[in-house]
Amino acid sequence: MITVFERPKSLTPAKTHYCPGCTHGIIHRLVAEVIDELGVREETIGIAPVGCSVLAYNYFNVDMYEAAHGRAPAVATGIKRVHPDKVVFTYQGDGDLAAIGTAEIIHAAARGEKITTIFVNNAIYGMTGGQMAPTTLIGQTATTAPNGRDPEVQGYPIRMSEILATMPGAAYIARVSVHNPQEVAKAKKAVKTAFQVQLERKGFAMVEVLSSCPTNWGLTPLKALEWLKDNMIPYYPLGVQKAPEEVKA
Amino acid sequence: MAKVLMKGNEALGEAAIRAGCRFFFGYPITPQSELPHYLAKRLPEIGGVFLQAESEVAAINMVYGAAGAGARVMTSSSSPGVSLKMEGISYIAGAELPCVIVNMQRGGPGLGSIQPGQSDYFQAVKGGGHGDYRLLVLAPASIQEMVDLMGLAFALADKYRNPVMILGDGTLGQMMEPVEFPEMIDPDKLPSKPWAARGAKGREPNIINSLYLNPLELEEHNLKLQAKYAQMAEEETRSESYYTDDAEIVLVGYGSSARVCKAAVDQARQQGIKAGLFRPITLFPFPKAEIQAACRQAKSVLTVEMSMGQLVEDVRYNLEFKVPVHFYGRAGGMVPTTRAVVSKITELVQEGGRSA
Amino acid sequence: MLQEIILAGFGGQGVMSMGQLLAYAGMEENKQVSWIPSYGPEMRGGTANCSVTLSDTPVSSPLIDEPDTLFVLNRPSLEKFEGNVKPGGLLLLNSSLVKVEPQRTDLRVLKLPVDNLAQEKFGNSRVANMILVGAFVAITGAVSLDSVVGALKKVLPEHRHKLIPLNRQALELGVELAQS
Ligand SMILES: Cc1ncc(C[n+]2csc(CCOP(=O)(O)OP(=O)(O)O)c2C)c(N)n1
Ligand code: SF4
Ligand SMILES: [Mg+2]
Repeated sequence: MITVFERPKSLTPAKTHYCPGCTHGIIHRLVAEVIDELGVREETIGIAPVGCSVLAYNYFNVDMYEAAHGRAPAVATGIKRVHPDKVVFTYQGDGDLAAIGTAEIIHAAARGEKITTIFVNNAIYGMTGGQMAPTTLIGQTATTAPNGRDPEVQGYPIRMSEILATMPGAAYIARVSVHNPQEVAKAKKAVKTAFQVQLERKGFAMVEVLSSCPTNWGLTPLKALEWLKDNMIPYYPLGVQKAPEEVKA
Repeated sequence: MAKVLMKGNEALGEAAIRAGCRFFFGYPITPQSELPHYLAKRLPEIGGVFLQAESEVAAINMVYGAAGAGARVMTSSSSPGVSLKMEGISYIAGAELPCVIVNMQRGGPGLGSIQPGQSDYFQAVKGGGHGDYRLLVLAPASIQEMVDLMGLAFALADKYRNPVMILGDGTLGQMMEPVEFPEMIDPDKLPSKPWAARGAKGREPNIINSLYLNPLELEEHNLKLQAKYAQMAEEETRSESYYTDDAEIVLVGYGSSARVCKAAVDQARQQGIKAGLFRPITLFPFPKAEIQAACRQAKSVLTVEMSMGQLVEDVRYNLEFKVPVHFYGRAGGMVPTTRAVVSKITELVQEGGRSA
Repeated sequence: MLQEIILAGFGGQGVMSMGQLLAYAGMEENKQVSWIPSYGPEMRGGTANCSVTLSDTPVSSPLIDEPDTLFVLNRPSLEKFEGNVKPGGLLLLNSSLVKVEPQRTDLRVLKLPVDNLAQEKFGNSRVANMILVGAFVAITGAVSLDSVVGALKKVLPEHRHKLIPLNRQALELGVELAQS
């Protein structure tokens, strides 16, 4: 990859620990650029999850927390209630948000917490070694679904954006992808809106980002992006699920 | 059966199957993940159920359900996950249900590290959750012993209708040693559990419960639990004594720390120091009479553990403060080395004066 | 007999299966054996190591502080473990990758450019490790060559069993080089 941009102020110079071709890094960058552009770096408090992005607190150059697995939205709630004027975001994987932390995310949305959630859906548990995630696709293999996910046994993958969009407390819910430059540009727009919605105190905002895990999918970085496009997007359609009227217009 | 070389985590999985366990509920966490990986393959092959829950809270409640329904059931995790299970474990102990819980400890507190630790000792042996309850806690020190204790764990869980914990650590989970497995127990041939909730066909309903609104009844229930724990202390203590007969200094350690201690005892003996090792295998009930016997002639005792001092408190208490008990611990995923333990032994022996 | 061995290199260089191979070979001979890996995310591209004990009596501790033998497959591993080897111990070094000299003067050192040798002699750098294992067997006699060859079946996945003869040749080359 050629570096034509400067590092956003909201990223530290630390070298990330992500595997080659992992899209966590791109998503970090998008979030950091948006924080820079909105000029809120010094007002922002981020919460890292438990997952591959557990060390995100070393990468975002803002005040950061490290939460227990799945509990980031509850931690964010605590912070936001103490500092309603600050910008609070959680950065969570699919295991973190859609399995162990399902209750926390649903109730943060139900309360209309004025926080922004970046939900990185890679359809797998990256950090712990490729176990099935709640978002793992039917037929997709995982170390705990060695014969592929079978709906008779493990049920169906969860579409969190669609679920959260039904909640009155949720103001902005969008699903984006980062598998090519066009989609990355759209993803950034969505992330920016999700922070603006928070700044305007409209309610809970979340961007679900379809992300790749070449390591645990057992694919090269390029093949992984292709797999994402061909397999994830049909099940997890991209687009804005819910937005305030003026954002839609 | 021929010996096979196997990782501790996988061996535990196979041992559970041999013990007649057909149900596993868990949530991924390092360093125990090979156990669920193994069972995800093996259990469906033999008509069992492997289910990855959405959290440890959910997993332990699935165990509560399966245990109350009369099944041999197991869950496994590592330190942060076991903390989450504590609420469910208290309910299981309160409702007197048999099950096996594996904790492959890692360094703490909090998210800690994924390297081996032994700092969940208090949590394991003192109950861990709310209320006056205890787990029967087994601490293997080799892969073969993990396999043997798994069979025992299910048997004791059924005998006492009490949760049993196998307390290991990252080292034991990851290492490979040769093992031999026992014959397969057919779960259909196990003694029936008339108390289980399986549908009240032709009998009064069975109720799986830990709620006693009448204080007198709840106190009685607690007394009954205590009587059970007292019986465990009578009948179930297990330990190993290694060169303790003439030992002037007795090391005490469990699990993988005990392996380091054993090597240290070997080296100390080569240097002419009369060292021995006492290794509790049941951490609850603690082998009190056995440790007293092993330390009868000792001038000093040295507890070695991968924590900042938990086992050492039980060692002092069970020796009734009659022998000076010293402590050497590493934490955070650091493992005591044989060299460090030997030099601690030498130091203590020199201080205490060495008799020929 | 007690042989305590540490094998260290990059993740993906095959040190883990090399160690398992020795453990299996020991088990075939009814020795007491243990194998312990380093584990965790640092293994992604970072250095990996494992400890193997081969013994006639029960293994007291599988955790090794002072190995009798150290296999070094990359430079960081030399720096990390060289100082721990027992005086008079054996250091087996892949000199295709490790270009620096060991500091210790009290060790028996065998440097073999095994990546190059494997490529030249067998056209397959994957069997490089086997040359080092062969040398280890010849020098220490801790396990026999036959047991190691027998153990290949256990360590190599089924679809790679056709490579057993090639692995055997690489082991034999290691024996030869150690003896010359
Ligand atoms: C209570 C608890 N249970 C389990 C774990 C182990 N654990 C660490 S990360 C992880 C899964 C993360 O997956 P995901 O959220 O999808 O993130 P990814 O690694 O894929 O980015 C798990 C189960 C833990 N740290 N704490
Ligand atoms: S394991 Fe997957 S999600 Fe984690 S850093 Fe590697 S590629 Fe990314
Ligand atoms: Mg994930």
